[in-house]
Amino acid sequence: MTTQTIVRIQTEPFDTAAEAAAITRGRTDAGAVVTFTGICRGDENGVPIASLTLEHYPGMAEAEIERHVAEAIERWPLIGVTVIHRFGRILPGDDIMMVVTVSSHRAAAFAAADFLMDYLKTRAPFWKQVEKTDGKIWVEAKATDDEAAGRWAAPAKHQAAE
Amino acid sequence: MGRNKMKLKLRYFAWVRERIGKPDEDVEVPAGVTTVAELMTWLAARGEEYAHAFENPKVIRAAIDRAHVKPQTAIAGAGEIAFFPPMTGG
Repeated sequence: MTTQTIVRIQTEPFDTAAEAAAITRGRTDAGAVVTFTGICRGDENGVPIASLTLEHYPGMAEAEIERHVAEAIERWPLIGVTVIHRFGRILPGDDIMMVVTVSSHRAAAFAAADFLMDYLKTRAPFWKQVEKTDGKIWVEAKATDDEAAGRWAAPAKHQAAE
Repeated sequence: MGRNKMKLKLRYFAWVRERIGKPDEDVEVPAGVTTVAELMTWLAARGEEYAHAFENPKVIRAAIDRAHVKPQTAIAGAGEIAFFPPMTGG
């Protein structure tokens, strides 16, 4: 059976619970649903922020997320995957993005959600700018995010073949 | 007469866009510029704003036709090349 996938880039808010319900509706093979929601914090490194503005590369953002969803489907037995990422101005406490993974068993759903999040952070073309009282600054990428994505490197047999 | 210049659409994002002062532009690249890294070097020589944007090319990421590429990637056949800082979505 093909995996049901939804990838959306939008300015509007979303409802993670409704998305999770929609992707499992009418199915009896789904045994595990993992949802992750990324939320705008009210501070950046301890300094209060007024808002977050997300810039993205239209077209590439969708394509890059779809590439990683396809890779997740190759690596784990998934029934459904939904990824929604917002852009534009977002206020503290508001949702930024969400991932839903559905599988027959929890291990695949947890692993695929973790994998997708690590790759979205480092490969999906989005950039955060935070607005503080003294001006706007671009958020710097974190080395820890690159290290997290590195955990999912191709299996050893692929590396040996190179 | 030398080889034809290569026509390209360039796109810039986040602080690369801010430093250059525009989100995109069409350029004609000389035939001697063959890789993404060479394109950054050529752009950096176009003016102060470009020199500022590309002052540390190691931190700049690139995409050809909406897919990530490495600095040594050839630009032949590219339609659209984008330059941007490391990504901070999620």
